[in-house]
Amino acid sequence: MAALPIALNAAQAALEVASSEGGNLTLDLLKQYAPESVPAWILPLTAAAVSVGIVVAVIALLALTSVWLERKVSGHIQCRYGPMYAGGWHGWAQSIADGIKLLMKEDMIPLGADRALFVIAPALVLGAIFGAFVAMPLSPDFFFADLHLGAFFILGMSSLTTIGVVMAGWASNSKWSLYGAMREAAQVVAYEIPLGLSLMVPLIVAGTFNLLDASAGQSDWWGMGWYIFKNPFVLPAGLLFFVSSLAETKRAPFDLPEAESELVAGFLTEYSGIRWSFFFMEEYAAMYLMSLMAAVFFLGGFESPFLHFAKAAELPVIVCNLIAAVTLITKSMIGVIVMMWVRWTLPRVRIDQVMTMGYKYLTPLALLCVLGAALWEAGKVLIFE
Amino acid sequence: MVDLQKPFYGGLTLFFVAMLGWGISSAGAPGLAFGFSAALTLGGSLVCIWERSVVRSAFSLMGTFVGVAGLFILLGADFVGMAQILIYVGGILALLLFGVMLSPPDMEERKLSRVAGGLVLMGAAVAWVSAKVAATVEWAQLPKDELPEMTTSVHDIGVGFIAPDKYVVAFELAAVLLTVALVAAVYIARRKMADFEPAKDIPSKDIAGKEAAMKEIA
Repeated sequence: MAALPIALNAAQAALEVASSEGGNLTLDLLKQYAPESVPAWILPLTAAAVSVGIVVAVIALLALTSVWLERKVSGHIQCRYGPMYAGGWHGWAQSIADGIKLLMKEDMIPLGADRALFVIAPALVLGAIFGAFVAMPLSPDFFFADLHLGAFFILGMSSLTTIGVVMAGWASNSKWSLYGAMREAAQVVAYEIPLGLSLMVPLIVAGTFNLLDASAGQSDWWGMGWYIFKNPFVLPAGLLFFVSSLAETKRAPFDLPEAESELVAGFLTEYSGIRWSFFFMEEYAAMYLMSLMAAVFFLGGFESPFLHFAKAAELPVIVCNLIAAVTLITKSMIGVIVMMWVRWTLPRVRIDQVMTMGYKYLTPLALLCVLGAALWEAGKVLIFE
Repeated sequence: MVDLQKPFYGGLTLFFVAMLGWGISSAGAPGLAFGFSAALTLGGSLVCIWERSVVRSAFSLMGTFVGVAGLFILLGADFVGMAQILIYVGGILALLLFGVMLSPPDMEERKLSRVAGGLVLMGAAVAWVSAKVAATVEWAQLPKDELPEMTTSVHDIGVGFIAPDKYVVAFELAAVLLTVALVAAVYIARRKMADFEPAKDIPSKDIAGKEAAMKEIA
């Protein structure tokens, strides 16, 4: 127990260093405590490795929890309980049991498959989504990479996962998989445009691509100066962002790449065991990623009255950071639960309806929102300055 | 015919490791990042021209695009680098794969004589560009082991696109060109109205005759 205060003190000191210099926390810690004899180029590499390790561990844990959560949510929506036995309390260990089962399953690669691509595809999908999380801050002083173009980077990385899905579908050498991959390619190309455009609306209000700056820009009005309240076009843009992110993460009602009533399991048909679970983990990680983006750019990021009054009362940095992190995670959790709610409520749409919706409705509406938000901001500048 | 798959990929792996080692030994962590990006760019394009399966070639282009994006970011052009990933990998490569996966495979054996002319021309072009670069760059003055300051270039790019004394005309012309290309593509690809009309020789349903028959039965 004696280690706890020491660890807290170290964390406090590290956060103070990070908040004064504004760099990577791991790198700052390493620079402070590494012996002189270590060559300088090893430090950034070690910091990168440690950061990636933390991201992978946290996201894997989050995915495991949300698989259990999804089963409970779907169960209660359908008037049943969901998993109840594994682990005792409401089947909390169900995901762990499933994970162990998946690890022990035989690793099968179909004879006709393109072996190299079949193996690379799940790793690519998972690597891309973890890469996106590297740019996602957890609290104002706890982040791995403070990118000037964080939002842009995250969109780019999440578009890399598409290539992995197409690769999986083609390498499986099965017609169901190929159809799934085709649908994925068509769907993502269609919905990337409204996704990017609707994200541009809060970016216009924020005036920055940086996630930390965008979140800090919402700290006025006692922590309630969220972008959806600051400009009337951000709220419709947020709804468009939510719909497009459902399509981007292949969630129902847009889960046509794996539509089990038409395509067996789409691009997942030939996958089994741990490779299959990689795709599953990517889906949940992508859900969290999109919800975190929505929380940062539409729903105030770290900012809430709690953080405002904590800062006003001059609580220690570490407490403020904890409040900020809990706020952000709560907001993104609400987004994830709404995504689950939508999945278990709405039926799957047809592929031509998906395309029509993306190209004919969402894209023009998103363009209108961008135009309106830009005019509103320009008008504010003209009138008040 | 000797199977050259394994030697090729073995050589590629050695090349990759050598690039990484060269990067670290010459410039530390930035050098490693440069070596990785450069190896990804070159390796991706080598696989692209080596592979017989056209889909594998298309997938290997992803390595090239990501590597080029890394080089852009290392040069301080972060916006261009990330646009490279978002547009080339997320958009163009997905469309390319869409087309490639729908086309039948070409199992014909590759012969050197088929590509010899192209190889000679390309070799000449590469030699000319390399000679130009070697003659113009002052190698001694290049910074060796430091990266440019990590500031964002997005503001400069935005100003350059809308400022009247900069590139606004070129930008708007490019936008018009793209719109024209899109409209033309839709015009060429759309189905003519004649495709939707029923063919003349198929008899349409004899509704009047049917009604008469129903009346008779009644």
